[in-house]
Amino acid sequence: MRPPARLSVTGVLGELLITAGVVVMLFLGWYVWLNDVVTGGEQQQAAEVVQQELQDQYDRGEALAERPTDPGEPVVSIAPPAGQVFGALIVPRFGENYVRSIATGVDVETVLNSRRIGIGHYSETQMPGEIGNFAIAAHRNTWGGAFSDLDKLRLGDRIYVETVDGWYEYSFRGLEYVWPTGVDVLEPVPAAPGVAPTDRVLTMTTCNPRFSTAERIIAYAVYETWYPRAGGLPSEISGVVEARG
Amino acid sequence: MYAALWRVLPGPVWVRILILIVLVAVVLVALVQWVFPWAADTLLPQESTVGG
Repeated sequence: MRPPARLSVTGVLGELLITAGVVVMLFLGWYVWLNDVVTGGEQQQAAEVVQQELQDQYDRGEALAERPTDPGEPVVSIAPPAGQVFGALIVPRFGENYVRSIATGVDVETVLNSRRIGIGHYSETQMPGEIGNFAIAAHRNTWGGAFSDLDKLRLGDRIYVETVDGWYEYSFRGLEYVWPTGVDVLEPVPAAPGVAPTDRVLTMTTCNPRFSTAERIIAYAVYETWYPRAGGLPSEISGVVEARG
Repeated sequence: MYAALWRVLPGPVWVRILILIVLVAVVLVALVQWVFPWAADTLLPQESTVGG
């Protein structure tokens, strides 16, 4: 016997509810897993292109900064306008080939959620190699989760910032947990407003705990040295995760 | 609803299945491309900056 051809209200309602349930499950799978995998892969590829473009820019003589008179001092680039990619972050602890692009500003739509970028520079803070604080932000989860493993960093882990001028090497020092209002981590001397800086630090911020916006986790690294692009890639970047000792 | 959809689809069984696969694929792409990103940003915003 054939089922009745006309639609019943409860039948349609039930099918709609089942469909909604399936869509919610799909969304959660996308949210916690697929979006990170896909977007992370796209950001990684985009950053590798950026690295090549930085090299090309340098080859064309378009290095952004003036050479310092003391060759031991790092070159400091001029901050580009908001949304523009100016460098790449290389963190061997996050993965053998981990690299993500850095753009000016921490706008969610155009920088942090971008499938090409992922990391934003707090434009009110200093540039790489500059005395003071180079502060950057990225997602912990979703949209590629560039700082997904921020809490995995260990003392002495190397963190490299690549610009058209070369590579700035920072050494991881420690983590801090703050409320979302904890803007003093962006001070030239982090957590010490009004103090004149003498050191070069790198500050990375992301949300904590995972999948929550309740807190922020902050990673601090201090400047070690820099490698002018003319001298080539630092050997440490080619796959060495463990810092010395 | 789905039974009605099956009845209005034309052609033999394998054509109907093919059409259904295409329809499901279109829906999935639309979800991943537009609906899920919108839902994530609207329902579950992930702030990672300080000061906001």
